[in-house]
Amino acid sequence: MLFTDLFTSLGMNHSLAWFISQALSILIFDVVLLVMIAYLLLADRKIWAAVQMRRGPNVVGPFGLLQTFADLTKFLLKEVIIPSGSNKVIFMLAPLVTVILAFAGWAVVPLDKGWVVADINVGILYLFAMSSLGVYGIIMAGWASNSKYPFLSALRAAAQMVSYEVSIGFVIITVLLFAGSLNLTKIVEAQAGASMLSWNVFSILFPMLPIFFVSALAETNRPPFDLVEAESELVAGFFVEYSSTPFLLFFLGEYLSIVLMCAMCSILFLGGWLPPFDFAPFTWVPGIIWFILKICFFFFMFAMVKAMVPRYRYDQLMRLGWKVFLPTSLLWVVLTASWVLFVRPHL
Amino acid sequence: MFEAIAFYFFSAILIASAIMVIAGRNPVHSVLFLILAFFNAAGLFVLMGAEFLGMILIVVYVGAVAVLFLFVVMMLDIDFADLKRGTLQYLPFGVLIGLILVAELVMVGSVWALKPATQAALANATPAGITNTEALGRILYTDYVYYFQIAGLVLLVAMIGAIVLTLRSRPGVRRQVISEQNARTAAMAVDMVDIKPGEGA
Repeated sequence: MLFTDLFTSLGMNHSLAWFISQALSILIFDVVLLVMIAYLLLADRKIWAAVQMRRGPNVVGPFGLLQTFADLTKFLLKEVIIPSGSNKVIFMLAPLVTVILAFAGWAVVPLDKGWVVADINVGILYLFAMSSLGVYGIIMAGWASNSKYPFLSALRAAAQMVSYEVSIGFVIITVLLFAGSLNLTKIVEAQAGASMLSWNVFSILFPMLPIFFVSALAETNRPPFDLVEAESELVAGFFVEYSSTPFLLFFLGEYLSIVLMCAMCSILFLGGWLPPFDFAPFTWVPGIIWFILKICFFFFMFAMVKAMVPRYRYDQLMRLGWKVFLPTSLLWVVLTASWVLFVRPHL
Repeated sequence: MFEAIAFYFFSAILIASAIMVIAGRNPVHSVLFLILAFFNAAGLFVLMGAEFLGMILIVVYVGAVAVLFLFVVMMLDIDFADLKRGTLQYLPFGVLIGLILVAELVMVGSVWALKPATQAALANATPAGITNTEALGRILYTDYVYYFQIAGLVLLVAMIGAIVLTLRSRPGVRRQVISEQNARTAAMAVDMVDIKPGEGA
Protein backbone atom coordinates (compact mmCIF):
# COMPACT_ATOMS: atom_id res chain seq x y z
CA MET A 1 0.00 0.00 0.00
CA LEU A 2 2.60 2.52 1.10
CA PHE A 3 5.11 1.93 -1.66
CA THR A 4 2.79 0.79 -4.46
CA ASP A 5 2.83 4.20 -6.16
CA LEU A 6 6.60 4.40 -5.90
CA PHE A 7 7.10 1.05 -7.61
CA THR A 8 4.48 1.66 -10.30
CA SER A 9 6.27 4.92 -11.14
CA LEU A 10 9.41 2.83 -11.67
CA GLY A 11 7.59 0.99 -14.44
CA MET A 12 6.39 -2.19 -12.74
CA ASN A 13 2.92 -3.49 -13.40
CA HIS A 14 0.42 -2.89 -10.63
CA SER A 15 0.06 -6.33 -9.07
CA LEU A 16 3.83 -6.91 -8.89
CA ALA A 17 4.33 -3.45 -7.38
CA TRP A 18 1.60 -4.21 -4.85
CA PHE A 19 3.20 -7.53 -3.95
CA ILE A 20 6.68 -6.09 -3.47
CA SER A 21 5.42 -3.10 -1.51
CA GLN A 22 3.43 -5.38 0.80
CA ALA A 23 6.45 -7.61 1.39
CA LEU A 24 8.63 -4.56 2.03
CA SER A 25 6.19 -2.95 4.45
CA ILE A 26 5.79 -6.22 6.38
CA LEU A 27 9.58 -6.52 6.63
CA ILE A 28 10.07 -2.94 7.83
CA PHE A 29 7.15 -3.20 10.21
CA ASP A 30 8.42 -6.41 11.81
CA VAL A 31 11.97 -5.16 12.22
CA VAL A 32 10.79 -1.91 13.81
CA LEU A 33 8.42 -3.89 16.01
CA LEU A 34 11.21 -6.20 17.20
CA VAL A 35 13.50 -3.29 18.06
CA MET A 36 10.62 -1.62 19.87
CA ILE A 37 9.95 -4.84 21.80
CA ALA A 38 13.63 -5.01 22.77
CA TYR A 39 13.48 -1.56 24.34
CA LEU A 40 10.04 -2.07 25.90
CA LEU A 41 11.46 -5.19 27.55
CA LEU A 42 14.27 -3.10 28.97
CA ALA A 43 11.77 -0.43 30.05
CA ASP A 44 9.73 -3.14 31.76
CA ARG A 45 12.74 -4.28 33.79
CA LYS A 46 13.77 -0.72 34.58
CA ILE A 47 10.25 0.12 35.81
CA TRP A 48 10.12 -2.91 38.13
CA ALA A 49 13.60 -2.05 39.34
CA ALA A 50 12.53 1.54 40.08
CA VAL A 51 9.47 0.33 42.00
CA GLN A 52 11.68 -1.95 44.08
CA MET A 53 14.34 0.80 44.46
CA ARG A 54 16.94 -1.12 42.47
CA ARG A 55 18.88 0.03 39.42
CA GLY A 56 17.83 -2.68 37.01
CA PRO A 57 20.02 -3.76 34.07
CA ASN A 58 22.79 -1.16 33.77
CA VAL A 59 25.93 -3.04 32.75
CA VAL A 60 25.61 -3.88 29.05
CA GLY A 61 25.93 -0.65 27.07
CA PRO A 62 25.19 2.86 28.39
CA PHE A 63 22.32 2.65 30.95
CA GLY A 64 21.97 -1.05 30.04
CA LEU A 65 20.56 -0.11 26.62
CA LEU A 66 22.08 -3.19 24.96
CA GLN A 67 20.93 -5.64 27.65
CA THR A 68 18.16 -7.17 25.54
CA PHE A 69 20.53 -7.76 22.63
CA ALA A 70 22.99 -9.49 24.98
CA ASP A 71 20.13 -11.69 26.22
CA LEU A 72 19.13 -12.43 22.64
CA THR A 73 22.64 -13.56 21.74
CA LYS A 74 22.78 -15.72 24.83
CA PHE A 75 19.50 -17.45 23.99
CA LEU A 76 20.50 -18.04 20.38
CA LEU A 77 23.88 -19.55 21.27
CA LYS A 78 22.63 -22.03 23.87
CA GLU A 79 21.86 -25.63 23.03
CA VAL A 80 18.27 -26.63 22.26
CA ILE A 81 17.28 -29.50 24.56
CA ILE A 82 14.37 -31.68 23.52
CA PRO A 83 13.16 -34.07 26.24
CA SER A 84 13.29 -37.70 25.06
CA GLY A 85 9.73 -38.43 26.21
CA SER A 86 8.25 -35.43 24.41
CA ASN A 87 6.20 -35.39 21.25
CA LYS A 88 8.95 -33.77 19.20
CA VAL A 89 7.05 -32.24 16.28
CA ILE A 90 4.41 -30.58 18.47
CA PHE A 91 7.08 -29.64 21.01
CA MET A 92 8.92 -27.59 18.40
CA LEU A 93 5.73 -26.37 16.72
CA ALA A 94 4.32 -24.78 19.90
CA PRO A 95 6.74 -21.81 20.21
CA LEU A 96 6.45 -21.19 16.47
CA VAL A 97 2.65 -21.09 16.69
CA THR A 98 2.86 -18.64 19.59
CA VAL A 99 5.19 -16.21 17.87
CA ILE A 100 3.59 -16.45 14.42
CA LEU A 101 0.12 -15.73 15.82
CA ALA A 102 1.50 -12.83 17.84
CA PHE A 103 3.06 -11.35 14.68
CA ALA A 104 -0.01 -12.07 12.54
CA GLY A 105 -2.25 -9.94 14.75
CA TRP A 106 -0.18 -6.84 13.94
CA ALA A 107 -1.09 -7.05 10.24
CA VAL A 108 -4.32 -5.09 10.71
CA VAL A 109 -3.14 -2.49 13.24
CA PRO A 110 -3.26 1.01 11.70
CA LEU A 111 -0.23 3.04 12.83
CA ASP A 112 -1.44 6.23 11.18
CA LYS A 113 -4.03 7.16 8.60
CA GLY A 114 -3.45 4.69 5.75
CA TRP A 115 -0.35 3.16 7.41
CA VAL A 116 -1.62 -0.37 7.69
CA VAL A 117 -0.43 -3.61 6.11
CA ALA A 118 -3.91 -5.09 5.61
CA ASP A 119 -6.86 -2.67 5.76
CA ILE A 120 -9.56 -5.35 5.95
CA ASN A 121 -13.27 -4.87 6.69
CA VAL A 122 -13.31 -7.22 9.66
CA GLY A 123 -10.04 -6.00 11.20
CA ILE A 124 -11.18 -6.11 14.80
CA LEU A 125 -12.63 -9.58 14.39
CA TYR A 126 -9.32 -10.73 12.91
CA LEU A 127 -7.44 -9.24 15.84
CA PHE A 128 -9.81 -10.96 18.26
CA ALA A 129 -9.36 -14.27 16.43
CA MET A 130 -5.55 -14.02 16.52
CA SER A 131 -5.44 -13.11 20.20
CA SER A 132 -7.83 -15.92 21.10
CA LEU A 133 -5.65 -18.43 19.23
CA GLY A 134 -2.70 -17.59 21.48
CA VAL A 135 -3.84 -20.32 23.86
CA TYR A 136 -2.87 -23.02 21.35
CA GLY A 137 0.85 -22.44 21.70
CA ILE A 138 0.52 -22.89 25.45
CA ILE A 139 -1.70 -26.00 25.28
CA MET A 140 0.53 -27.63 22.67
CA ALA A 141 3.66 -26.86 24.68
CA GLY A 142 2.11 -28.22 27.86
CA TRP A 143 0.93 -31.43 26.29
CA ALA A 144 3.95 -32.14 24.10
CA SER A 145 6.42 -31.69 26.98
CA ASN A 146 5.02 -34.90 28.51
CA SER A 147 5.66 -33.61 31.99
CA LYS A 148 3.39 -32.82 34.95
CA TYR A 149 3.93 -29.13 35.57
CA PRO A 150 3.66 -27.95 31.96
CA PHE A 151 0.51 -30.01 31.56
CA LEU A 152 -1.18 -28.53 34.64
CA SER A 153 -0.14 -25.10 33.45
CA ALA A 154 -1.63 -25.75 30.00
CA LEU A 155 -4.95 -26.74 31.57
CA ARG A 156 -5.00 -23.58 33.65
CA ALA A 157 -4.14 -21.51 30.60
CA ALA A 158 -6.94 -23.00 28.51
CA ALA A 159 -9.57 -22.32 31.19
CA GLN A 160 -8.25 -18.83 31.94
CA MET A 161 -7.92 -17.60 28.37
CA VAL A 162 -11.29 -18.96 27.23
CA SER A 163 -12.94 -17.25 30.22
CA TYR A 164 -11.45 -13.83 29.59
CA GLU A 165 -11.98 -14.00 25.84
CA VAL A 166 -15.71 -13.78 26.52
CA SER A 167 -15.48 -10.40 28.21
CA ILE A 168 -12.94 -9.13 25.66
CA GLY A 169 -15.41 -10.12 22.94
CA PHE A 170 -18.25 -8.20 24.58
CA VAL A 171 -16.09 -5.10 25.10
CA ILE A 172 -15.14 -5.22 21.43
CA ILE A 173 -18.83 -5.48 20.51
CA THR A 174 -19.65 -2.31 22.48
CA VAL A 175 -16.89 -0.43 20.67
CA LEU A 176 -17.90 -1.60 17.24
CA LEU A 177 -21.54 -0.78 17.96
CA PHE A 178 -20.44 2.72 18.92
CA ALA A 179 -18.25 3.17 15.85
CA GLY A 180 -20.59 1.33 13.49
CA SER A 181 -17.75 -0.54 11.80
CA LEU A 182 -15.40 -3.48 12.24
CA ASN A 183 -12.60 -1.74 10.38
CA LEU A 184 -9.92 -0.46 12.76
CA THR A 185 -9.22 2.65 10.69
CA LYS A 186 -12.90 3.57 10.77
CA ILE A 187 -13.07 2.87 14.51
CA VAL A 188 -10.27 5.39 15.04
CA GLU A 189 -11.79 7.92 12.65
CA ALA A 190 -15.14 7.66 14.45
CA GLN A 191 -13.35 9.06 17.52
CA ALA A 192 -12.04 12.16 15.73
CA GLY A 193 -13.18 15.51 17.12
CA ALA A 194 -12.04 18.86 18.46
CA SER A 195 -10.29 17.39 21.50
CA MET A 196 -9.71 14.16 23.33
CA LEU A 197 -13.21 14.40 24.80
CA SER A 198 -14.47 12.69 21.65
CA TRP A 199 -12.38 9.57 22.33
CA ASN A 200 -14.29 6.46 23.33
CA VAL A 201 -12.87 6.49 26.84
CA PHE A 202 -14.69 9.76 27.55
CA SER A 203 -17.98 8.51 26.13
CA ILE A 204 -20.57 6.10 27.50
CA LEU A 205 -17.97 3.36 26.94
CA PHE A 206 -15.74 4.57 29.80
CA PRO A 207 -16.20 1.52 32.12
CA MET A 208 -15.20 -0.79 29.28
CA LEU A 209 -11.58 0.40 29.29
CA PRO A 210 -10.75 -0.99 32.77
CA ILE A 211 -12.57 -4.23 31.93
CA PHE A 212 -10.67 -4.53 28.66
CA PHE A 213 -7.37 -3.69 30.32
CA VAL A 214 -7.78 -6.25 33.11
CA SER A 215 -9.00 -8.89 30.64
CA ALA A 216 -5.96 -8.14 28.50
CA LEU A 217 -3.75 -8.78 31.54
CA ALA A 218 -5.48 -12.14 32.01
CA GLU A 219 -5.41 -12.98 28.31
CA THR A 220 -1.65 -12.42 28.10
CA ASN A 221 -0.98 -14.24 31.41
CA ARG A 222 0.56 -11.19 33.00
CA PRO A 223 0.63 -10.76 36.76
CA PRO A 224 -1.63 -10.67 38.78
CA PHE A 225 -3.12 -13.36 36.53
CA ASP A 226 0.07 -15.33 35.80
CA LEU A 227 -1.26 -18.55 37.34
CA VAL A 228 -0.18 -20.26 34.15
CA GLU A 229 3.44 -19.77 35.12
CA ALA A 230 3.06 -19.45 38.89
CA GLU A 231 6.63 -20.33 39.82
CA SER A 232 5.84 -21.21 43.42
CA GLU A 233 3.46 -23.96 42.28
CA LEU A 234 4.32 -24.93 38.71
CA VAL A 235 8.09 -24.22 38.45
CA ALA A 236 7.98 -22.12 35.25
CA GLY A 237 4.65 -23.31 33.90
CA PHE A 238 4.18 -24.45 30.34
CA PHE A 239 7.77 -23.71 29.26
CA VAL A 240 9.57 -25.67 31.97
CA GLU A 241 11.08 -28.01 29.38
CA TYR A 242 12.04 -25.31 26.90
CA SER A 243 15.51 -23.88 26.52
CA SER A 244 17.43 -21.61 24.20
CA THR A 245 15.68 -20.36 21.01
CA PRO A 246 12.27 -22.02 21.58
CA PHE A 247 12.17 -20.36 25.00
CA LEU A 248 13.10 -17.07 23.39
CA LEU A 249 10.23 -17.49 20.93
CA PHE A 250 7.75 -17.95 23.78
CA PHE A 251 9.13 -14.89 25.48
CA LEU A 252 8.95 -12.86 22.28
CA GLY A 253 5.42 -14.08 21.57
CA GLU A 254 4.31 -13.05 25.05
CA TYR A 255 5.71 -9.54 24.70
CA LEU A 256 4.36 -9.16 21.16
CA SER A 257 0.87 -9.99 22.34
CA ILE A 258 1.21 -7.68 25.36
CA VAL A 259 2.16 -4.76 23.11
CA LEU A 260 -0.61 -5.78 20.71
CA MET A 261 -3.07 -5.56 23.59
CA CYS A 262 -1.70 -2.10 24.46
CA ALA A 263 -2.19 -1.10 20.82
CA MET A 264 -5.75 -2.45 20.92
CA CYS A 265 -6.48 -0.45 24.08
CA SER A 266 -5.27 2.73 22.42
CA ILE A 267 -7.13 2.08 19.16
CA LEU A 268 -10.41 1.13 20.78
CA PHE A 269 -10.48 3.73 23.56
CA LEU A 270 -7.81 6.42 23.15
CA GLY A 271 -8.32 7.22 19.49
CA GLY A 272 -5.27 5.47 17.99
CA TRP A 273 -3.14 7.98 16.08
CA LEU A 274 -5.38 11.00 16.82
CA PRO A 275 -3.75 13.93 18.67
CA PRO A 276 -5.30 14.91 22.03
CA PHE A 277 -6.27 18.35 20.72
CA ASP A 278 -7.03 19.14 17.12
CA PHE A 279 -5.06 22.41 16.85
CA ALA A 280 -1.65 23.73 15.96
CA PRO A 281 1.20 22.39 18.11
CA PHE A 282 -0.50 19.03 18.58
CA THR A 283 -1.35 18.43 14.94
CA TRP A 284 2.30 19.06 13.92
CA VAL A 285 3.33 15.84 15.65
CA PRO A 286 2.90 12.85 13.29
CA GLY A 287 0.08 10.45 14.17
CA ILE A 288 2.40 7.51 14.64
CA ILE A 289 4.18 9.33 17.48
CA TRP A 290 0.86 9.80 19.30
CA PHE A 291 0.06 6.15 18.71
CA ILE A 292 3.40 4.98 20.11
CA LEU A 293 3.03 7.32 23.10
CA LYS A 294 -0.37 5.80 23.85
CA ILE A 295 1.04 2.27 23.53
CA CYS A 296 3.86 3.25 25.91
CA PHE A 297 1.32 4.64 28.38
CA PHE A 298 -0.56 1.33 28.47
CA PHE A 299 2.70 -0.62 28.59
CA PHE A 300 3.73 1.43 31.62
CA MET A 301 0.43 0.48 33.25
CA PHE A 302 1.08 -3.20 32.46
CA ALA A 303 4.53 -2.93 34.06
CA MET A 304 3.22 -1.11 37.12
CA VAL A 305 0.51 -3.73 37.65
CA LYS A 306 3.17 -6.43 37.56
CA ALA A 307 5.33 -4.52 40.01
CA MET A 308 2.59 -3.73 42.51
CA VAL A 309 -0.25 -6.27 42.54
CA PRO A 310 0.05 -9.69 44.22
CA ARG A 311 -1.04 -12.81 42.36
CA TYR A 312 -4.74 -13.72 42.31
CA ARG A 313 -6.05 -17.02 43.60
CA TYR A 314 -7.44 -19.27 40.85
CA ASP A 315 -11.06 -19.22 42.09
CA GLN A 316 -10.89 -15.42 42.41
CA LEU A 317 -9.67 -15.23 38.83
CA MET A 318 -12.59 -17.30 37.56
CA ARG A 319 -15.06 -15.35 39.69
CA LEU A 320 -13.80 -12.03 38.35
CA GLY A 321 -14.09 -13.24 34.76
CA TRP A 322 -17.46 -14.96 34.86
CA LYS A 323 -19.35 -13.22 37.66
CA VAL A 324 -18.14 -9.62 37.40
CA PHE A 325 -16.80 -8.85 33.92
CA LEU A 326 -19.19 -10.98 31.87
CA PRO A 327 -22.46 -9.53 33.33
CA THR A 328 -21.09 -5.96 33.31
CA SER A 329 -19.91 -6.10 29.72
CA LEU A 330 -23.11 -7.86 28.61
CA LEU A 331 -25.18 -5.13 30.26
CA TRP A 332 -23.02 -2.53 28.57
CA VAL A 333 -23.64 -4.11 25.14
CA VAL A 334 -27.39 -3.60 25.67
CA LEU A 335 -26.82 -0.11 27.04
CA THR A 336 -24.57 0.95 24.16
CA ALA A 337 -26.95 -0.46 21.57
CA SER A 338 -29.84 1.47 23.15
CA TRP A 339 -27.72 4.64 23.28
CA VAL A 340 -26.73 4.36 19.64
CA LEU A 341 -30.30 3.64 18.53
CA PHE A 342 -32.38 5.95 20.73
CA VAL A 343 -30.28 8.68 22.34
CA ARG A 344 -27.49 9.57 19.90
CA PRO A 345 -29.79 10.58 16.99
CA HIS A 346 -31.32 13.26 19.24
CA LEU A 347 -28.04 14.75 20.51
CA MET B 1 -4.41 -16.50 -11.31
CA PHE B 2 -3.49 -15.75 -7.69
CA GLU B 3 -6.97 -16.69 -6.52
CA ALA B 4 -6.80 -20.02 -8.34
CA ILE B 5 -3.45 -20.86 -6.73
CA ALA B 6 -4.79 -19.88 -3.30
CA PHE B 7 -7.96 -21.90 -3.85
CA TYR B 8 -6.11 -25.10 -4.76
CA PHE B 9 -3.62 -24.53 -1.96
CA PHE B 10 -6.33 -24.16 0.71
CA SER B 11 -8.46 -26.97 -0.71
CA ALA B 12 -5.57 -29.43 -0.93
CA ILE B 13 -4.49 -28.78 2.66
CA LEU B 14 -8.11 -28.86 3.81
CA ILE B 15 -8.72 -32.29 2.29
CA ALA B 16 -5.37 -33.68 3.39
CA SER B 17 -5.84 -32.52 6.98
CA ALA B 18 -9.44 -33.77 7.00
CA ILE B 19 -8.13 -37.20 6.02
CA MET B 20 -5.47 -36.99 8.72
CA VAL B 21 -8.19 -36.23 11.30
CA ILE B 22 -9.63 -39.70 10.85
CA ALA B 23 -6.39 -41.46 9.89
CA GLY B 24 -4.29 -40.16 12.79
CA ARG B 25 -3.50 -42.67 15.54
CA ASN B 26 -3.16 -40.07 18.27
CA PRO B 27 -6.39 -38.19 19.11
CA VAL B 28 -4.45 -35.01 19.96
CA HIS B 29 -2.91 -35.03 16.49
CA SER B 30 -6.42 -35.52 15.08
CA VAL B 31 -7.69 -32.42 16.88
CA LEU B 32 -4.70 -30.39 15.70
CA PHE B 33 -5.38 -31.49 12.11
CA LEU B 34 -9.03 -30.55 12.63
CA ILE B 35 -7.86 -27.06 13.58
CA LEU B 36 -5.73 -26.91 10.44
CA ALA B 37 -8.80 -27.94 8.45
CA PHE B 38 -10.85 -25.13 10.07
CA PHE B 39 -8.14 -22.63 9.18
CA ASN B 40 -8.14 -23.64 5.55
CA ALA B 41 -11.95 -23.58 5.41
CA ALA B 42 -11.74 -20.03 6.78
CA GLY B 43 -9.23 -19.25 4.03
CA LEU B 44 -11.71 -20.51 1.44
CA PHE B 45 -14.45 -18.30 2.94
CA VAL B 46 -12.19 -15.27 2.73
CA LEU B 47 -11.36 -16.17 -0.85
CA MET B 48 -15.08 -16.18 -1.67
CA GLY B 49 -15.38 -12.69 -0.21
CA ALA B 50 -17.21 -13.86 2.90
CA GLU B 51 -14.61 -12.52 5.33
CA PHE B 52 -17.09 -12.24 8.21
CA LEU B 53 -17.96 -15.95 8.04
CA GLY B 54 -14.27 -16.84 7.79
CA MET B 55 -13.38 -14.86 10.91
CA ILE B 56 -16.39 -16.20 12.84
CA LEU B 57 -15.35 -19.73 11.88
CA ILE B 58 -11.94 -19.10 13.42
CA VAL B 59 -13.23 -17.30 16.51
CA VAL B 60 -15.98 -19.80 17.31
CA TYR B 61 -14.63 -23.14 16.13
CA VAL B 62 -10.89 -22.73 16.53
CA GLY B 63 -10.89 -20.21 19.36
CA ALA B 64 -13.52 -21.87 21.53
CA VAL B 65 -14.87 -25.26 20.40
CA ALA B 66 -11.56 -26.82 19.41
CA VAL B 67 -9.91 -25.59 22.63
CA LEU B 68 -12.50 -27.56 24.58
CA PHE B 69 -12.00 -30.58 22.29
CA LEU B 70 -8.27 -30.43 22.87
CA PHE B 71 -8.86 -29.97 26.57
CA VAL B 72 -10.91 -33.17 26.77
CA VAL B 73 -8.79 -35.23 24.39
CA MET B 74 -5.56 -34.33 26.21
CA MET B 75 -6.99 -35.78 29.41
CA LEU B 76 -7.73 -39.16 27.81
CA ASP B 77 -5.54 -41.99 28.97
CA ILE B 78 -4.90 -43.82 25.74
CA ASP B 79 -3.51 -47.29 25.31
CA PHE B 80 -2.39 -47.42 21.68
CA ALA B 81 -2.24 -51.24 21.59
CA ASP B 82 -5.87 -51.34 22.70
CA LEU B 83 -6.87 -48.95 19.93
CA LYS B 84 -5.26 -51.10 17.24
CA ARG B 85 -6.81 -54.32 18.51
CA GLY B 86 -10.37 -53.13 17.94
CA THR B 87 -9.80 -51.89 14.40
CA LEU B 88 -10.33 -55.18 12.54
CA GLN B 89 -13.35 -56.11 14.60
CA TYR B 90 -15.23 -52.91 13.80
CA LEU B 91 -14.04 -52.62 10.21
CA PRO B 92 -17.16 -54.17 8.60
CA PHE B 93 -19.46 -51.77 10.45
CA GLY B 94 -17.32 -48.81 9.48
CA VAL B 95 -17.28 -49.84 5.82
CA LEU B 96 -21.05 -50.39 5.86
CA ILE B 97 -21.79 -46.95 7.34
CA GLY B 98 -19.33 -45.38 4.92
CA LEU B 99 -21.01 -47.04 1.94
CA ILE B 100 -24.47 -45.90 3.07
CA LEU B 101 -23.21 -42.32 3.42
CA VAL B 102 -21.58 -42.40 -0.02
CA ALA B 103 -24.78 -43.77 -1.58
CA GLU B 104 -26.82 -41.00 0.08
CA LEU B 105 -24.39 -38.34 -1.05
CA VAL B 106 -24.54 -39.63 -4.63
CA MET B 107 -28.34 -39.64 -4.52
CA VAL B 108 -28.49 -36.07 -3.19
CA GLY B 109 -25.80 -34.84 -5.55
CA SER B 110 -27.36 -36.31 -8.68
CA VAL B 111 -30.74 -34.60 -8.18
CA TRP B 112 -29.43 -31.30 -6.72
CA ALA B 113 -30.67 -28.23 -8.58
CA LEU B 114 -30.97 -24.59 -7.58
CA LYS B 115 -34.02 -22.44 -8.23
CA PRO B 116 -33.35 -19.69 -10.79
CA ALA B 117 -34.03 -17.07 -8.11
CA THR B 118 -31.39 -18.57 -5.83
CA GLN B 119 -28.89 -18.67 -8.67
CA ALA B 120 -29.43 -14.98 -9.30
CA ALA B 121 -28.92 -14.25 -5.62
CA LEU B 122 -25.76 -16.38 -5.54
CA ALA B 123 -24.24 -14.46 -8.43
CA ASN B 124 -24.16 -11.23 -6.40
CA ALA B 125 -24.38 -12.33 -2.79
CA THR B 126 -23.46 -8.95 -1.32
CA PRO B 127 -25.35 -5.86 -2.51
CA ALA B 128 -23.05 -3.16 -3.85
CA GLY B 129 -21.69 -0.56 -1.46
CA ILE B 130 -22.07 -2.42 1.85
CA THR B 131 -19.73 -4.87 3.57
CA ASN B 132 -20.82 -8.46 3.87
CA THR B 133 -21.03 -8.12 7.66
CA GLU B 134 -23.70 -5.48 7.12
CA ALA B 135 -25.40 -7.55 4.42
CA LEU B 136 -25.61 -10.57 6.73
CA GLY B 137 -26.96 -8.42 9.54
CA ARG B 138 -29.63 -6.91 7.32
CA ILE B 139 -30.90 -10.36 6.34
CA LEU B 140 -30.56 -11.98 9.77
CA TYR B 141 -32.34 -9.22 11.66
CA THR B 142 -35.14 -8.60 9.15
CA ASP B 143 -36.28 -11.61 7.10
CA TYR B 144 -34.99 -14.28 9.43
CA VAL B 145 -35.24 -12.55 12.79
CA TYR B 146 -37.53 -15.21 14.32
CA TYR B 147 -35.36 -18.10 13.18
CA PHE B 148 -32.33 -16.27 14.50
CA GLN B 149 -33.98 -15.72 17.87
CA ILE B 150 -35.15 -19.34 18.01
CA ALA B 151 -31.60 -20.54 17.28
CA GLY B 152 -30.43 -18.37 20.17
CA LEU B 153 -33.08 -19.84 22.45
CA VAL B 154 -32.08 -23.39 21.49
CA LEU B 155 -28.50 -22.61 22.47
CA LEU B 156 -29.69 -21.06 25.73
CA VAL B 157 -31.74 -24.18 26.54
CA ALA B 158 -28.72 -26.38 25.79
CA MET B 159 -26.58 -24.22 28.06
CA ILE B 160 -29.07 -24.31 30.94
CA GLY B 161 -29.52 -28.06 30.39
CA ALA B 162 -25.79 -28.67 30.70
CA ILE B 163 -25.65 -26.63 33.89
CA VAL B 164 -28.68 -28.41 35.39
CA LEU B 165 -27.22 -31.82 34.56
CA THR B 166 -23.85 -31.14 36.14
CA LEU B 167 -24.87 -28.97 39.07
CA ARG B 168 -24.74 -30.90 42.33
CA SER B 169 -25.87 -29.32 45.57
CA ARG B 170 -24.27 -31.34 48.31
CA PRO B 171 -25.22 -30.58 51.89
CA GLY B 172 -22.55 -29.64 54.36
CA VAL B 173 -20.18 -27.98 51.89
CA ARG B 174 -18.67 -24.76 53.19
CA ARG B 175 -18.64 -22.11 50.50
CA GLN B 176 -16.82 -18.82 50.40
CA VAL B 177 -18.93 -15.71 50.37
CA ILE B 178 -16.76 -13.20 48.57
CA SER B 179 -18.79 -10.17 49.64
CA GLU B 180 -18.31 -11.13 53.30
CA GLN B 181 -14.58 -11.56 52.72
CA ASN B 182 -14.36 -8.19 51.06
CA ALA B 183 -16.41 -6.50 53.77
CA ARG B 184 -14.00 -7.68 56.49
CA THR B 185 -11.89 -4.88 57.91
CA ALA B 186 -8.65 -4.97 59.86
CA ALA B 187 -10.57 -4.18 63.07
CA MET B 188 -12.69 -7.33 62.61
CA ALA B 189 -9.74 -9.58 61.80
CA VAL B 190 -7.15 -8.51 64.36
CA ASP B 191 -7.74 -8.61 68.10
CA MET B 192 -5.28 -6.56 70.14
CA VAL B 193 -4.67 -8.18 73.53
CA ASP B 194 -2.61 -6.59 76.23
CA ILE B 195 -0.82 -9.43 78.02
CA LYS B 196 0.95 -8.82 81.28
CA PRO B 197 4.43 -10.35 81.61
CA GLY B 198 4.41 -13.85 83.11
CA GLU B 199 0.66 -14.48 82.58
CA GLY B 200 0.32 -15.96 79.10
CA ALA B 201 -2.68 -15.59 76.83
